[in-house]
Amino acid sequence: MTLSASLPAIELKGVHKTFRVKGGLLGKDRHVVACDDVSFAVPQGGVLGLVGESGCGKSTLARLILGLFDPAAGEIAVEGQRVADMDRKARARLIQPVFQDPFSSLNPLARVRDIVAMPLKAQNSFDRGEIARRVDEMLARVGLTTEMGARLPTELSGGQRQRVAIARALVLRPRIVVCDEPTSALDVSVQAQILNLLAELRRELGLTYLFISHNLAVVEHVASEVAVMYLGRIVERRPTQALFHQPEHPYTKALLASVLTPEPGLGVPDVGLGDVLPDPANIPPGCRFHPRCPVAEPRCSSETPPLKPRAGGGVECLLVP
Amino acid sequence: MSALLEVEQLEVGFGSRTSAVRGTSLTVERGETHCLVGESGCGKSVTALAIMNLLARGGYRRARRLSFQGNDLLKLDDRGMARLRGNAMAMIFQEPMTSLNPAYTVGSQMTEVLRRHKGASQRAATDRAADLLARVGITAPGLRLGQFPHQLSGGLRQRVMIAMALMCDPQLLIADEPTTALDVTVQAQILRLLAELQRDLGLGMLLITHDLGIVARVATRVSVMYAGEVVESAATAQLFADPKHPYTQGLLRCVPVPGKQRQDEPLGSIPGTVPRIDPGFEGCGFRERCTFADASCAHAVPQQTAAPGHDYLCRLAP
Ligand SMILES: Nc1ncnc2c1ncn2[C@@H]1O[C@H](COP(=O)(O)OP(=O)(O)OP(=O)(O)O)[C@@H](O)[C@H]1O
Ligand SMILES: Nc1ncnc2c1ncn2[C@@H]1O[C@H](COP(=O)(O)OP(=O)(O)O)[C@@H](O)[C@H]1O
Ligand code: SF4
Ligand code: SF4
Ligand SMILES: [Mg+2]
Ligand SMILES: [Mg+2]
Repeated sequence: MTLSASLPAIELKGVHKTFRVKGGLLGKDRHVVACDDVSFAVPQGGVLGLVGESGCGKSTLARLILGLFDPAAGEIAVEGQRVADMDRKARARLIQPVFQDPFSSLNPLARVRDIVAMPLKAQNSFDRGEIARRVDEMLARVGLTTEMGARLPTELSGGQRQRVAIARALVLRPRIVVCDEPTSALDVSVQAQILNLLAELRRELGLTYLFISHNLAVVEHVASEVAVMYLGRIVERRPTQALFHQPEHPYTKALLASVLTPEPGLGVPDVGLGDVLPDPANIPPGCRFHPRCPVAEPRCSSETPPLKPRAGGGVECLLVP
Repeated sequence: MSALLEVEQLEVGFGSRTSAVRGTSLTVERGETHCLVGESGCGKSVTALAIMNLLARGGYRRARRLSFQGNDLLKLDDRGMARLRGNAMAMIFQEPMTSLNPAYTVGSQMTEVLRRHKGASQRAATDRAADLLARVGITAPGLRLGQFPHQLSGGLRQRVMIAMALMCDPQLLIADEPTTALDVTVQAQILRLLAELQRDLGLGMLLITHDLGIVARVATRVSVMYAGEVVESAATAQLFADPKHPYTQGLLRCVPVPGKQRQDEPLGSIPGTVPRIDPGFEGCGFRERCTFADASCAHAVPQQTAAPGHDYLCRLAP
């Protein structure tokens, strides 16, 4: 299979997803908005960092791209093929996940070798010798010894388990890896090991990453472009350097202001947001950020901000030119 | 005058197998924020719980000295300790639901503390609760007093916890990862609030965190913990400018700083993982991961002084 280099690795057009949540004893069912009209493309070999607060829809977006559930509306394609049209095996050869929690995402009763071999076996097209060879190669590549291959996940540290998850994701040599908070459960010293490993593998294998993290310093280090999500919408998307140096959306600015770099003497910044927190089942009219926006104007509560294009992305705010 | 909190050679174990804290010493002065920083499992929470005498069943503590405002905590019985807790010494936890009762409203939980410790009237207690909720940045205190904890967002619950801890005018506040479960914007708001309260009320604070960014921004003094020991302690600016312990040095290199790293350069990292420390373990707990380790590191390691108030636990000369 040869692919035209100009095809985006991941492409979303007008993707929507809502969940219906049971309202409890007397309450009405609520509709939780997780993705609202999301469109973007990630070029091959790129790393899109996805940031935003808890519950804004990052993991939902990741699962949609992985084909783990279907969008209510819109199109999702990886390497030019609609995710919805692909069967599971074909999808697994193209795109693989690495999740946050290496503790719950690995079968506790399976040996490390068998966990890494699973995606190969599921293809039904590799003989045992080939499987063993590829598993050995992959374990070595992520820095695990053959002896560790015989262990159970519970006999490994958090960082080692995340290496197992990475080996399992890469053993089919996919083109795209969706990393959902891959280092959030790890200590900083181990986080650095895993980030370095992911960066090396990407360069070597020409992978494309969707990289979700709540740690903006990590995103700045790994991503080539960054999308900022707020209540289901991408409110700003820009190349990494531009976003970090000239953020335009007030929410992006608040996020960046809250990064506490290890520089003594600077104190804790005032991020300028009030105490109201967003409710994804009750999206405010107009600009959905207006109840918290420090620079909101009266019209922000009724007018919907249009997308204002920028080099490599865009911004959704009424006040930016 | 003695320091607000003095801990000398604290040891904590669970049964005969785990030695969780191995001789930790630290001092919290009035009006300062002392940060205890380290990676998961190094013994931060256990240290806090041992100070408050809240260790889980089976846990035991031993110390050469454990004193609060000059009073020996080791000599206090359970009732004496209960009188101090939530009163002169208050604690807030990472997960607010561990100290909020889901069955009672915010108001009744907050006022109960004051009535129990200070014998305040319901009316006076409610007024104080409302004042404190406003003080921690809650915009509709009256409404929140009548709500149950599950009706609040994580950030609001953490604010309620802080307000509740302040009900009896504590002298010492121990905060164990108070913002780890929160979004970054809310984290910054809560930390700013804590720093403000600490300054305005002259609180002594022991703030536990694994985040060096938080340490840099709020601490007066820092103690770095590794495998159950404080391996380095210094004033904040001093520690970041001139770290002496190889673990502290490594840790500082691991943290990505926006604008400071190049993407094509790997982050600094510390190879290996934290060892298991069994009772009777000797020598430096960091030696399996330390690039400077030699045979002498397997024996007792000296405590050295790099500058006044800057101590570290390593054989290497300053
Ligand atoms: N299976 C589901 N059923 C109902 N609601 C769901 C489901 N999955 C997600 N949601 C809701 O959709 C919204 C987006 O959730 P999502 O998990 O994508 O958030 P996130 O941005 O990944 O958050 P976090 O940073 O906490 O991981 C949330 O309000 C969440 O509660
Ligand atoms: N109730 C307990 N029983 C046995 N071991 C415990 C208990 N609580 C903590 N420990 C152990 O004590 C050590 C320190 O834990 P803790 O203080 O919680 O670490 P942290 O620095 O992450 O707060 C760990 O090895 C932990 O497994
Ligand atoms: S549109 Fe208005 S409320 Fe929304 S981000 Fe811009 S200024 Fe703030
Ligand atoms: S005592 Fe030895 S092993 Fe420990 S930190 Fe110092 S040099 Fe490294
Ligand atoms: Mg998520
Ligand atoms: Mg802890």
